[in-house]
Amino acid sequence: MQAELIDIRNHLIQHAPFDEMPEELVNELTANIEISYVRAGTQITETGQTSTRMYYVRSGAVEIFRRSGELYNRIGEGEIFGQFGLLMRGQVRFPARALEDSLLYRVPAETFHHLFENDENFADFVEIEDRSRLRSAVSRREKSNALMTSRVNRLISRETVSAPTTVRLQEAARIMTDQGVSALLLMDEECGATCDSERLVGIITDRDLRTRAVTEALPSETPVSDIMTTGLITIRASSYVFEAMLTMLHNNVHHLPVIDGDEVRGVIALADIVRYESQSSLYLVSNIFHQQDVKALKKISRDVRDSFVRMVNEDANSHMIGSAMAGIGRSFTQRLLELGEEKLGPPPVPYCFMALGSMARDEQLVVTDQDNAMILDNSFVPEEHDEYFLALAKFVSDGLAECGYTYCTGDIMATNPKWRQPLRVWRDYFTDWIENPKAQALLNSNIFFDLDGIHGRTEYAEELKALVAEKASKSQLFLTLMARNALNRTPPLGFFRTFVLEEDGKHQKTFNLKRRGTAPLSDLIRIHALASGSRAQNSFERLKSIGKTKLIMEDDLSNLRDALEFISIVRIRHQALALEAGEEPDNNVRPEDLSPFERSHLKDAFQVVSNAQKFLRFRYNSQATRHV
Amino acid sequence: MSENQPVPDAVKSLPWPEQYRALSESAKAPVLKAFYEAGCVSEDTPISEVPMVALDFETTGLDSEAHSIVSIGLVPFTLDAILLNQAKHWIVRPRLPLHQTSVTFHGITHADISDAPDLSEILEEVFASLNGRIPVVHFRHIERPFLNVALQYRLDEGIRFPLIDTMAIEAHLHPDRQPSFFKRLVGEKPTSIRLGDSRKRYGLPHYAAHNALVDAIATAELLQAQIQHHFSLETPIGNLWL
Repeated sequence: MQAELIDIRNHLIQHAPFDEMPEELVNELTANIEISYVRAGTQITETGQTSTRMYYVRSGAVEIFRRSGELYNRIGEGEIFGQFGLLMRGQVRFPARALEDSLLYRVPAETFHHLFENDENFADFVEIEDRSRLRSAVSRREKSNALMTSRVNRLISRETVSAPTTVRLQEAARIMTDQGVSALLLMDEECGATCDSERLVGIITDRDLRTRAVTEALPSETPVSDIMTTGLITIRASSYVFEAMLTMLHNNVHHLPVIDGDEVRGVIALADIVRYESQSSLYLVSNIFHQQDVKALKKISRDVRDSFVRMVNEDANSHMIGSAMAGIGRSFTQRLLELGEEKLGPPPVPYCFMALGSMARDEQLVVTDQDNAMILDNSFVPEEHDEYFLALAKFVSDGLAECGYTYCTGDIMATNPKWRQPLRVWRDYFTDWIENPKAQALLNSNIFFDLDGIHGRTEYAEELKALVAEKASKSQLFLTLMARNALNRTPPLGFFRTFVLEEDGKHQKTFNLKRRGTAPLSDLIRIHALASGSRAQNSFERLKSIGKTKLIMEDDLSNLRDALEFISIVRIRHQALALEAGEEPDNNVRPEDLSPFERSHLKDAFQVVSNAQKFLRFRYNSQATRHV
Repeated sequence: MSENQPVPDAVKSLPWPEQYRALSESAKAPVLKAFYEAGCVSEDTPISEVPMVALDFETTGLDSEAHSIVSIGLVPFTLDAILLNQAKHWIVRPRLPLHQTSVTFHGITHADISDAPDLSEILEEVFASLNGRIPVVHFRHIERPFLNVALQYRLDEGIRFPLIDTMAIEAHLHPDRQPSFFKRLVGEKPTSIRLGDSRKRYGLPHYAAHNALVDAIATAELLQAQIQHHFSLETPIGNLWL
């Protein structure tokens, strides 16, 4: 390269992938550039043409189209196009037209291939399709957090300590003390000679001995089976530590038996996981249950945002953060219900308190309002019992508002009599919404079909989940109309300079990461989940169960998972940055707030969302009813 | 035709292709002979088919009789592409002492030129890029007269060729560059036809460096833009060259 060409070289090395290219290769590239000026409106490449070069936009702007003529991308200063056709050593894949008067640096095929063969970074940049680039971005990030790379079996440091269910309380306490463990696994001996291993049936913890045995003054010869916890929640040895954490958070348990096939490998405790985090959200959860009044709860609610920021800084993934925040929100609600019941006395009839929306999906963030409802027992008589439940609902709702969970503007709260009804009424509601999917019914379905029983008779909530799973998958009309609604919110096409680029080529200064990103994704995942008869609530879990039905190809599912993870984490990080700067977090992002890494991968993620919406439209043959 | 004899007017009035043929007969110096033999496109050739070379000299001053060439930058191009792999740049030892003012402008110092070759040593290389191409410059009163004088001095023969002047094109496009008295009163500035200012009108980028090669590239880009904005690919070269 002539030294005098340094101006040209210096422009290249300010932009990816040339910023990381070895000097001699950049010099070689510079020396082989062909400069070409094109006027606005000039067709630069056309479909079917032979590809002979890659282009670098030195100034101006270029629009890239799909074969259908649809806008695919808009390229500005420092960006490249034309590489795909070259890689195929064939035809122009996406035709390009100058949007503005532009100065283009053309890279001849020979130079392109030379760079491709000698610079891995360049090869990755130009070769990798958008989606696999998204995949590697997501996995690179996840690898940096030990919770996501370590497996549960690494936490097991000792032999399993177990005893038969027939053992007496005193003996159980002695074994636990001698062995220095905080939990004892209880095995069924009935199994006898017919099987190799004993069967795990229950667990007893330090806390159980204190609260269930000592406080109740049980005789020391009581069999442990009288107070043990059955219906155990376990974790597989091959699971990642973060999955164990999610399980503990979701179920509010502090010990998890680890299972490997049929065999019990050990027990992991809260403390084992907490070691992986400097200050765990699990601590916050257990702390919530120690608070004695709303005032005290309000005081510790200030830690929620710190906990959120810490998880973001420790590179937790969105599933972990969403579950942790939902776990915290759920715990506040549960503790408020306990306090409410203490204050108002025991409930006159059984009930289930239900979380809806993002809390039910385990996808809660810091900016959130409360969505909840009550399912009452069918023996509920309004005149006799509703005063109590209204008072309890109000206590919880006001308490949540104190703790930072603002009242729901749409009045989706148990304080609304419409959403404080016996199970049979709920069954009628749900059935009616599915069978008569009018506009309001569809809106309700979007909110109420993400549900989770969090207190009391949670089986009522399970019954409703089963009803939805059963009925929704069979109602084509309902699914079609739900799909149409889900198409109303579209992602942007990408970014152009400091603007958000829309599909029609228009520009916006900001966009809403929730409304244009995570919400359309969880909407369309919900529909596929409903169609597959899945009972899962969390979007990632829903994707897993959709996968079992083969309704969507495995590859497309992974793309959806990556897109959801990436958009969510950008949204989460945006909020964490606002919190750290002492600002009120929101969902509105300006392109200049994003790193080049985030911009380029967000664009890939939007593409996935857009393709998934096209698939949904095709599948249900539905058009959007209105445009965002 | 004896040495130092000026080119007869009869030859000078010939169309350029014939003039080149005549000059190739009379030229003594092999580089000049080869230059004319490479020929010249006819005046009705569409501009899009003309091989060109953007040329820029840095000099010790503006007077070709009193000042010298310090550096030469050139880049062969067509309307379609400016070929950087054929771009060339030389620093040459001037015949006359460097003036302090021009040093500050083009940044070439006494140290740079003390080892530099004399123009005569690189003439063949320079002509290898010029042969068969129409030179393009910004402001025609530098490159052609300076080259002519330099060759007179070294080869005892001058040179003649048509060229395209991007500054002359801008001047033609902005005949009323000087605002009227009234417009000056309301603050209107004269339209500048300097290289950088002309480029700005076409949205061409600013180049930070100032050297003969960058200016040659800048000139080539400017011509591509001018043709696409104000002429057409079919415009005969005869309408453009001077």
